[in-house]
Amino acid sequence: MMKTAAKKIYIALIFIFLYAPIATLIVLSFNASKTRAKWGGFTLKWYRSLFENEVIMQALWNTLAIAFLSALAATLIGTIACLSMQCMKKRNRTILMGITNIPMLNAEIVTGISLMLLFISLGIKFGFLTILLAHITFNIPYVILSVMPRMKQLNPHTYEAALDLGASQLTAFFKVVFPDILPGILSGFLMAFTMSLDDFIITHFTKGPGIDTLSTKIYTEVKKGIKPEMYALSAIIFVSVLILLILVNYTPKRNGNHKA
Amino acid sequence: MNKKLLSAPFIFWSVLFILVPLCMVFYYGLTDKTGAFTLNNILAIATQEHSKALWESIKLSLISTVICFLLAYPLAMILSHMNTNKNSFIVLIFILPMWMNFLLRTLAWQTLLEKTGVINSVLSFLHLPALNIINTPYAIVLGMVYNFLPFMVLPIYNVLVKIDVNVINAARDLGANSFQTFLKIIFPLSIPGVISGITMVFVPALTTFVISKILGGSKILLIGNVIEQEFTQTGNWHLGSGLSIVLMLFIIFNMVISAVTDKDGEVNAL
Repeated sequence: MMKTAAKKIYIALIFIFLYAPIATLIVLSFNASKTRAKWGGFTLKWYRSLFENEVIMQALWNTLAIAFLSALAATLIGTIACLSMQCMKKRNRTILMGITNIPMLNAEIVTGISLMLLFISLGIKFGFLTILLAHITFNIPYVILSVMPRMKQLNPHTYEAALDLGASQLTAFFKVVFPDILPGILSGFLMAFTMSLDDFIITHFTKGPGIDTLSTKIYTEVKKGIKPEMYALSAIIFVSVLILLILVNYTPKRNGNHKA
Repeated sequence: MNKKLLSAPFIFWSVLFILVPLCMVFYYGLTDKTGAFTLNNILAIATQEHSKALWESIKLSLISTVICFLLAYPLAMILSHMNTNKNSFIVLIFILPMWMNFLLRTLAWQTLLEKTGVINSVLSFLHLPALNIINTPYAIVLGMVYNFLPFMVLPIYNVLVKIDVNVINAARDLGANSFQTFLKIIFPLSIPGVISGITMVFVPALTTFVISKILGGSKILLIGNVIEQEFTQTGNWHLGSGLSIVLMLFIIFNMVISAVTDKDGEVNAL
């Protein structure tokens, strides 16, 4: 009994450690005083002024658009890469996987400056496009990482059986292989979306002067003081994702083996 | 449908956006403004200012990695024994916090740690001595541990849940007590996860410039800060690239170790 209690306390402490800053930010979003240092009473005014703040709204739009488009492109490229790697020689596959992992294992600052140097020498104008290209690049490994294990579990004979039974390669893929790897593709997409959303360092080096995502906007505000609307926006995003997750986890599934 | 052809877009993308950019860092790092070959950008690490920043980075990231390991291992063990849904745990510890912006989360620690901040208010209420660690290396270590702890928990957890229960039972049958079982069976089997976790924490901690800027009060310069300044303020890309090459030596060393211990690439799988 003592042991299980100690375990629970330990987990609780880690959760407090991980979630204390998040709770702080949510509390700050209701703080009437403009500085972080003192509590000026409860208010909802930041939530109201948030939607009138065009700069923040534009940054939010950029962030979401880049996250969605980069996750989509990375999912497409990554999934096709997994498919093609299945029938490669082991040596080639190892080399390709090694290259894939570089953006994950390398320091973000190095990835950021290397892409910055590339875009400069290619003469691409820094802006939405450069951020998008950079995000696709660092998102691909996350997609491959979540699709690959699914792909390995596949029984290759089912695909061959479909071909024997007269299905075209494309039909066989979409009717047999695709449904099996779909969970991997979806979680890869979500992972990529989240990574893109939370990225600062690579965006910092690949963005142009006229464009901001939420991260880079916050970074420029760090020195002069964060606008309280930013807390309100983060609180809205966080709480909506939390509610979404709870709904997904606690909706009864048709097949009974789902466990929340 | 030629399956070989399917890999073309990915290979093209990897070469253009991963390999070529890295070569460019090496090109800039090994040349001067006139384009002539030089090692000066790399040797610049030996100057007092840069070597101090590098040493400080190594020190702080090593401390953070050790703390992450000490916190993460028991957590991963507890979680691997619980019959929780794996996904809900990963989401809760790893993915959900990311939806609150990383910079804001780090900034929130400022509010918590300030002299008159939340933690000190609680401490003074309890008549405990105040905690004055904001703008010191301690705050940076705390920020690193906070941000990178999940990267340590996940790989260790992933290897621990894969350990065959029968192996542990066999050890117990043969008379090993809990401590011996852990030392001789569980820990050796979890080493690939531990090494993967160490590289996943050490690299971002070594190269960060944001955490030190926000929690270090811009008094403490880490090697990441130096490189960032070369690129965004001073504009000396050659020097910045040269220092990045030095940094990459550590990263390559890390990559080799993790490649050797994690051959199937499965430890990090989510």
